[in-house]
Amino acid sequence: MHTYDSILQLVIELVKPLAPEGREVRENTDLVADLEFDSLKVMNLIEQVEDRFDVSVPLNILPDIRTVRDFSVQLQRIIGDN
Amino acid sequence: MAIFDKFQQLAATRRALAESGIQSINVVMDRVVSATEAVVNGRSLILAGTNNYLGLTFNPDCIEAACHAVRTQGTGTTGSRAANGSYAVHAQLERDLADFFGRRGVIVFSTGYVANLGMLSTLAGPGDVFVIDGDCHASIYDGCRLSGAEIIRFRHNDAADLDKRLRRLGGRIENTLIVVEGIYSMLGDRAPLADIAAVKRSYPGAFLVVDEAHSLGVLGEKGRGMAEEAGVEADVDFIIGTFSKSLGAIGGYCASDHPELDLIRFANRPYVFTASSSPSIIASTRAALKILGAQPHLRQRLWDNSHRLYARLSGLGLHLSPEPSPIIAVRFDQREKAFAGWTGLIERGVYVNLVLPPATPDGSSLLRCSVSAGHTPEQIDTIGNAFADLQTAGGLA
Repeated sequence: MHTYDSILQLVIELVKPLAPEGREVRENTDLVADLEFDSLKVMNLIEQVEDRFDVSVPLNILPDIRTVRDFSVQLQRIIGDN
Repeated sequence: MAIFDKFQQLAATRRALAESGIQSINVVMDRVVSATEAVVNGRSLILAGTNNYLGLTFNPDCIEAACHAVRTQGTGTTGSRAANGSYAVHAQLERDLADFFGRRGVIVFSTGYVANLGMLSTLAGPGDVFVIDGDCHASIYDGCRLSGAEIIRFRHNDAADLDKRLRRLGGRIENTLIVVEGIYSMLGDRAPLADIAAVKRSYPGAFLVVDEAHSLGVLGEKGRGMAEEAGVEADVDFIIGTFSKSLGAIGGYCASDHPELDLIRFANRPYVFTASSSPSIIASTRAALKILGAQPHLRQRLWDNSHRLYARLSGLGLHLSPEPSPIIAVRFDQREKAFAGWTGLIERGVYVNLVLPPATPDGSSLLRCSVSAGHTPEQIDTIGNAFADLQTAGGLA
């Protein structure tokens, strides 16, 4: 069973290496505005999460994701669905 | 965010291009001389960025067929087939294509983009699932999005990853469409279609859609594309493609054995609400399809040219796309180097495509060459020489 907090911690851990050096990554960090994520980095993050949880993340959720929190919430729902 | 704010990143890219003196997305050809030559700003260029794989745009039979159709049927249809009715030539082309592919039916669309948009958005709906190769063309992504179905992306050309994602779908397999391309447009690499078809067979009920836009006339003994080449045509439920590459015109198609294709035609909003192709376009496409079938030496010449250019560029030590193909991309980590390369090639009389992220698969910038059967070996050597000269001058470093 994955709690929201455990998912959030993992997402932060996966986002950090993709973020520009020196930028902090927190729950309310905006992936595009704060970390300059482009589509390539978003796909990279999704693939890592998919491998870690053995789930497929539908692209349809992307318009609803701005922050680390948004992604973690969606991920918890997807893992639950599975 | 105000309405126009979202365009600022694009504006910055255009400024950077302009500062480099590049008009790559705004090239105006003063005169197109042949399938492989044009004049731009008074300079004669060899065209190596056209997707004109069989070089048929100036074929006399195709031109004559188009001219005859204009004289006898007029310049345009002025409406959609659903509203205004079909011209006989539309139905004839659909029969020609059905015979060519050995399929029960075909729908002809006004562009290749509309073919993907129409078929994918109509085939699936909310509750259904698309599992698509990550490097699929924008028209595939857009068609999937418009459908309202769930979209899952698998790693490019990775049949094992596709298998994993289908397994995760469990009982939803019968509502699942796998979408891949025969040859991918940016790097010219082929789909491992035999492996993908084998995965599809192990999930009974799943559908397989193959976009053969860049492989029609290029692969297969009869030129039917990657599915023919891989010997898996029976596993492909829907073949989608375009007339704007090997057939030298504009338009798209979907071929299938599913009898429901007739129903899909009339549920297909991009088809129903788009004006149909002009009779001249249909006529030249029919002529080109005949040539594609009757003149396999064009395919051989295309591949000879492709191998010749790939070997030359490979010999220069450039970072190339993964395999010899009619699409050969030179890859750059920094877009400024691609800018400089593109300009240097124009100065040396060669036109290629400059492709920048996010249109590229891995974030690199590309000088994308497309080879044609219409190129002479001398023209291929001129293209290779231009790259070599540019490299010597430090323009590709």
